[in-house]
Amino acid sequence: MTATPSTKAATGAEIKVHKDRSQLRQKRMIGDHFDALSRAKEEGRKVVYTFVPGNLCELIGALDMLAVLPEINALQSGMRGRSGGYIGEAEKSGHSEDVCTYVKCDIGMKKSGNVGPTGVEIPPPDLLLLSYTGCFTFLKWFELLKQEYDCPIAMLHVPYQPDGKVTPAMREYVVNQLRDKVIPKMEEVAGKKLDLDVLSEWLGRSAEAEDDLVWVWESARHTPSPIDGYFGGVYYIGPIFTSFRGTEDAVNYYRELREEVQQRIDANQGPQTPDGRLDDQKFRLVVEGPPNWTSFNDFWRMFANEGAVVVSSTYTRVGGLYDQGFRHDPGDPLGTLADYCLGCYTNLGLPSRVDLLEKYIKDYNADGFFINSVKSCNSFSAGQLLMLRQLEERTGVPGGFVESDLVDPRYFSKSNIENRLQSYLQMLQAKKAGGFGAVA
Amino acid sequence: MNHPVTPSNGGGANDAVTALVERARKLALGLDLQAVHDFKRNNPGALAIGHMPIYTPRPIIEACGALPVAVFGGGDDVDIIRGDSYFQSYICHIPRSTVELGLSGHLDVLDGMVFPSICDVIRNLGGMWAMLFKDKWACYLDLPQNFDRDIGGKFYAHELRRMADEMHALGGKKLDDESLWQAIADENRRRGAISELDALRRRAPHLAPASEAYLVVRAGSVLTAAGHAELIQDYVNLASARTDRPIDNVRVVLVGAFCEQPPWSLIVALEKAGCDIISDDFQHGFRTIEGDIRIPVFDGADGTQPGEGLDPIDAVADAFLELGAATASRYIDEETKGKALVDAVKAGNADGVIFAAASFCDPALLDQPMLEAACAAASIPFTSFKYSENTGQFQVIREQAGAFSDSVKLWGETAPVQKKKKRRTRRPRA
Repeated sequence: MTATPSTKAATGAEIKVHKDRSQLRQKRMIGDHFDALSRAKEEGRKVVYTFVPGNLCELIGALDMLAVLPEINALQSGMRGRSGGYIGEAEKSGHSEDVCTYVKCDIGMKKSGNVGPTGVEIPPPDLLLLSYTGCFTFLKWFELLKQEYDCPIAMLHVPYQPDGKVTPAMREYVVNQLRDKVIPKMEEVAGKKLDLDVLSEWLGRSAEAEDDLVWVWESARHTPSPIDGYFGGVYYIGPIFTSFRGTEDAVNYYRELREEVQQRIDANQGPQTPDGRLDDQKFRLVVEGPPNWTSFNDFWRMFANEGAVVVSSTYTRVGGLYDQGFRHDPGDPLGTLADYCLGCYTNLGLPSRVDLLEKYIKDYNADGFFINSVKSCNSFSAGQLLMLRQLEERTGVPGGFVESDLVDPRYFSKSNIENRLQSYLQMLQAKKAGGFGAVA
Repeated sequence: MNHPVTPSNGGGANDAVTALVERARKLALGLDLQAVHDFKRNNPGALAIGHMPIYTPRPIIEACGALPVAVFGGGDDVDIIRGDSYFQSYICHIPRSTVELGLSGHLDVLDGMVFPSICDVIRNLGGMWAMLFKDKWACYLDLPQNFDRDIGGKFYAHELRRMADEMHALGGKKLDDESLWQAIADENRRRGAISELDALRRRAPHLAPASEAYLVVRAGSVLTAAGHAELIQDYVNLASARTDRPIDNVRVVLVGAFCEQPPWSLIVALEKAGCDIISDDFQHGFRTIEGDIRIPVFDGADGTQPGEGLDPIDAVADAFLELGAATASRYIDEETKGKALVDAVKAGNADGVIFAAASFCDPALLDQPMLEAACAAASIPFTSFKYSENTGQFQVIREQAGAFSDSVKLWGETAPVQKKKKRRTRRPRA
């Protein structure tokens, strides 16, 4: 079953937007979650603020606490057109124009009443759970939030994988922190002891959902691809990267998503885009870097209008590299949480990131790869120009490069980006036709 | 630009100190790394290991028979041509000049580079280095953010052993306890000399101005700890003997410049604007460990040898956990954010704080609002500006610092009226 609510396109014209059942389910899940958050204080449930990469949602859930993810609040503020004002608010109070706009958006939102995407105020945290995975800014972000909220903070330092290997010492370091520091603090805030059997149940459900998500990612090997692995992909990762991993809701969502994708494969159909289904796919691309959220649909349209579908992306792996074999293991609760945190995409060294992109380009038979380099995220962006060169050398596949930002509308130059993308795709077209730059 | 050192006011008695500071300038700012070439010539087969700024466990490198070399980028003396093509406009300057130095052969004398966990940019630069310079050793060093000895300490000790093993595989000396205890003792001597220098700067900044102290400390980038300790000690002795009279400057603590360094001339410009920088976080790596790395006392009674019973690697790790200074790259858990800065202001009887951060420096700029709040709560005046290592125009910053200096002197809460009356007219240095 599908629905077709109306919305406004960039031109202002009223258009019908198709929503898949899974999208509607996800919307309900998010709504229910924010409702639960709004009732949390009166119901005595504890609220934990934490981050997406390397998050410990199963632990939070097993202790019957509720998660809030400031990054998600920021990107939703970007999509709702609120982030510019929030960033301005933070900059007025002394935050530099040079730093991460997720941070400033979050701080500005807090100063403006902390109203979430459903229009309801998000409760303050009972615990700041700082899972420091793959992004240095996280550390500063929660130091800043600690100034704003009177609550304890639990820190989990996840070592980096410079050469793509998790050593026993790294794993032991994370497990020791979980066992001796993080869990005791979480138990103190939750007012109850962690039941490892309950945690294992959550982890088992996570693995079940992860199986289905990987199946969805790999469906993009089909031609035409039944999914868009970047713009559509950010919806697919919604539940599993955020508050829902380990829940029955997430299991059901991914089962339903998988069924929908299977139906599209059977019907030889492409994915939905803001302006309808993309069946006629001229270009298969791999994308590196986060999307721009303030002009998300415009950005997506630039690709879709040219017949470009994204068959794989790295942004959709920041919350876990499930397609490279990782699954949460209910039999080793703390060890598996450590492996999960250590294995997120931005926790990998640059050489490993290049290896992974090369693999995606080859595995998904991509015509090209495209880098959206965002000003706010040095974890992603520093080194991307070298990655571009390395990938072109290794694969012979041409790369495209644009710059924008996560949620600062001042850094999305639509015409510049569109021109660059179109030029890039024209070059790809010429190459495919055996013209300029074609490999003999 | 890389100007020669201007003598401090005080006349001919300063000849010796001027000569020493000029030597320090060449060591600190010379891009030819002549001292490193000399070290390798005098120690055939020994390694020279570069490292990015902030804290790096230099005793481990020295104990492997290698010379640790702090790489602070190209400063304002390098034209960035290739380096810029690897970084977007919104990335700070030090990685691009470091890549430029690498690609242009300036760092060929180094056998490897260590990238301590400062921030995401330097972390990723480590990965770039591994791809760009495949024949060189590139080592990312994860510094623990958990400061429990049994957790973070254990992890860090393992990282240090890994680093030593990799240097050995590269041709360095195999790490042994005796060499490491000796390197720790040398490092403690260096740290002690820096503490003496810092004390002199707080007591009599006109005798040891920041612009000189900067060069003397940074000279250690290409020296062994023992050699550096000697240089600093010589400077402290000579500077203490100066007869210059105090200048009517405000006393400031400068913070935020722990990685990418401002041009040296900018430090001079701040002094000319009426600011005595009595404390700073320039070259923070040399000051990160706030005290001696613990060496067990040997009383000889039971025939034990120095350090017996304690693993010197654990001693290095413990020092980082227990004596590591507060900086933007280090997670501040229980302690109040900004307390260390406020304490430094009070300890140095400073009049105010200058926040000087490199443009696009995430750690410093994300830290700044918290530190500013701490200063505001303690009624400490502050001002702030950004720079990059190749900033060429200082006029605006000089005027800003001058206005800050004047306002603190005229209206600053920390400058009592009677004290102001006693101050002499500011006499700009040449």
